[in-house]
Amino acid sequence: MFSRFGWGVHPPESKAGTKGLKFINLPIPHTCYIPLQQHVGAPARPAVNKGDLVSEGQLIGSADGMISAHVHSSIPGKVADIAPVLTVYGQQMAVIIEAEGSFSASGRQQPSGDWSALSGAQIRDRVRDAGVVGLGGAAFPTAVKLSPPEGKKIDTLIVNGAECEPYLTVDDMLMQSFPDAVIEGTRIALTALGISSAVIGVEDNKKAAIAALKKALAQLNPRETIKIKKLGTRYPQGAEKQMIESLLGRRVPSGGLPMDVGVIVQNVGTILAIRDAAAYEMPLFSRFMTVAGRAIARPGNYKVRIGMRLADIVDECGGFVEPPAKIVMGGPMCGVSVPSLDIPVVKGTSGVLFLTRKEATHADYAPCIRCGACVAACPIRLLPCDLGNAMEKDRPDLALKLNPRDCIMCGCCSYVCPSRRPLSHFIKLAQERTKPDTAAQA
Amino acid sequence: MKEKEQREQLMLVSSAPHIRSGESIPKVMWSVVLALAPAAAYSVYLFGTPALVLIGVGVGSAVLAEVLIRLLLRKPLTALDGSAVITGLLLAMNLPPAAPGWMAAVGSVFAVIVVKQLFGGLGFNLFNPALAARALLMASWPVYMTTAWHRFSGENVLSPASLNGAGLPPAVYDTLTRATPLGLLRDGPRILADAGLGTEPLYQIVSSPGMMKSLFMGNVGGCIGETSALLLLAGALFLLFRKIITWHIPAAYAGTVAVLAAIYYFATGCPCWRMMPLFHLLSGGMVLGAFFMATDMVTSPVSRKGMLLFGAGCGIITFVIRLWGGYPEGVSYSILIMNALVPLIDRLTKPKVFGAKERPRS
Repeated sequence: MFSRFGWGVHPPESKAGTKGLKFINLPIPHTCYIPLQQHVGAPARPAVNKGDLVSEGQLIGSADGMISAHVHSSIPGKVADIAPVLTVYGQQMAVIIEAEGSFSASGRQQPSGDWSALSGAQIRDRVRDAGVVGLGGAAFPTAVKLSPPEGKKIDTLIVNGAECEPYLTVDDMLMQSFPDAVIEGTRIALTALGISSAVIGVEDNKKAAIAALKKALAQLNPRETIKIKKLGTRYPQGAEKQMIESLLGRRVPSGGLPMDVGVIVQNVGTILAIRDAAAYEMPLFSRFMTVAGRAIARPGNYKVRIGMRLADIVDECGGFVEPPAKIVMGGPMCGVSVPSLDIPVVKGTSGVLFLTRKEATHADYAPCIRCGACVAACPIRLLPCDLGNAMEKDRPDLALKLNPRDCIMCGCCSYVCPSRRPLSHFIKLAQERTKPDTAAQA
Repeated sequence: MKEKEQREQLMLVSSAPHIRSGESIPKVMWSVVLALAPAAAYSVYLFGTPALVLIGVGVGSAVLAEVLIRLLLRKPLTALDGSAVITGLLLAMNLPPAAPGWMAAVGSVFAVIVVKQLFGGLGFNLFNPALAARALLMASWPVYMTTAWHRFSGENVLSPASLNGAGLPPAVYDTLTRATPLGLLRDGPRILADAGLGTEPLYQIVSSPGMMKSLFMGNVGGCIGETSALLLLAGALFLLFRKIITWHIPAAYAGTVAVLAAIYYFATGCPCWRMMPLFHLLSGGMVLGAFFMATDMVTSPVSRKGMLLFGAGCGIITFVIRLWGGYPEGVSYSILIMNALVPLIDRLTKPKVFGAKERPRS
């Protein structure tokens, strides 16, 4: 529907295809293509050489610098090559591993899982060692996020279970399947931050997840204050700034970060990865994700090894029932479309959508008719129409006055536009063209 | 083999988002046409063939003009997107029933070619095309535009069923009913003064339940598409429901007119001041203007705050023209004047960015 009231949009949820489908472990692929940069920041340095034998979960790329993350092998095997491959982030160096040997990490004796003796610093170290990054899609190194700079006082942890993107149900299923672990992970993250108050925000279309979390919370009865709060189902409810305002009534200042209002936001998937890292010293080499879209034969929620190529996923999910027109990694509103099935799953891949021609609406765009739908939809209160017009005329100078850098790239403006203008694309362009350093050259 | 073929086909790649709302320009425009249809159909019922001719010529020439100019400019054809149909239809609905058909053609061609396409086509025009064309016709053929009313019986323009005589001498009453409701309000005091009477009977007529009912149902004289408040409101409700228009402009517009009317008639000691706001809202082009022309997306502000300001401005100018202007009706000029102020309003009402401390200065 055409939304001119209030911010945000309410696209068809399209979650029915995978809603309630329990997690299935996808078979191990024969070859994994593991990029060395699956996170925000510097790429990891290769820690293995071609021809090396690696074990499951072994470090194959080590974090380079403050903002970076370790990369681990998803399968045991031999390093066939270290070479550039096409990834969702572009061409990147990857460690290519061919399966061989035994599954030592999955099969090993589980450590006790007792983390109660760990200090905040020890938890952060374990999270860093495990290469945990934000699993909601942004892939920011989690250990860095759990270490706010001095002078920033954090009082609340928000666990993001909104999952406002259409199609995706992975976070919903994580909360339904592992509610105890979500609560425990939240406690671990609170310990790492040295605070005692957390809010788990879930959109009210996930009733089963909310019920499961509430039951787990009542049973575990943690000493920390953990609240579960319902959120209205509206995109982009799960965007950090919107989430913080909805749950706490605080507004992150323009150009600021959640920590500026005393908040750290972690996705539920990340919370589980934090728990696995801290309590079980399990490196992040697989993740849960949704495979959906009308083109795929067996949509569902799967546990997938990092580095598995989309082609292998398609094979395991029964192939295509009709030819896909567009492949999207992530959700349909802010995911990335990719040109090939050779692309590997990375840590930030919350879902893969195989959209048919009918689902992936694709049309030429017409001039702006100034309907104001984008203005009413923009959660940041920008003027996407004017930004689009400025960039269409190649006038980044005009765009700069319209605060393009505040845009969170939620895509609501493009979604509602009756002229089908690629407004968020224009704004992205404006961001690129008005970067302080490049603007000086231009 | 089939699988391999599927894998080798080219994939669409674009920036996010990958899904779109089903809304499109043709859907928006044809919805507006649909919303106007009941009032347009009723005009044919009330005024007969002349109304049908005006609508046919108006719509036909607007579409034809759109096709010709786009061919001439070597631009993709857009005649089917519905916007030219709206322009032709709205122009026709803004003409008096006895206006000649060629006036609808002149207006539509001017609206589509000069006001819309020469400014760059849909989305780039500064003024509402139908209203700008109406202003052209008003300036060029003022006699047609202000006197070519339908005569229901004898010289009666006001209403097919005569209102009660209000105790007036028949000759005076007949003279009074030679005007549209707004014309009556404007010229009534003079006519009554000539007959040596006070203004009291006039206000009794305009505020009578019979008058209100006629205005609401559309049983009165006026431009062909503006008479039935009921049918226009039904169309407007549809547009509100479809979220093609929002309440902001119509509410600010009507609210301003109502408040001004209440204040003015109360202050001037009119005995029927309580009914006068309703009379102003239901008469003339008020309903058509507030819901269908002031809300034109292209020529109104983009932010909700701007829309409120725009609507209030329309209301003030409309009321000023109705009371003190050279014409009995001020809706079309008020909207045109406010159209010209839209860039300024947009600038003044730029929304405050989320999390910004102060309104950015630009």
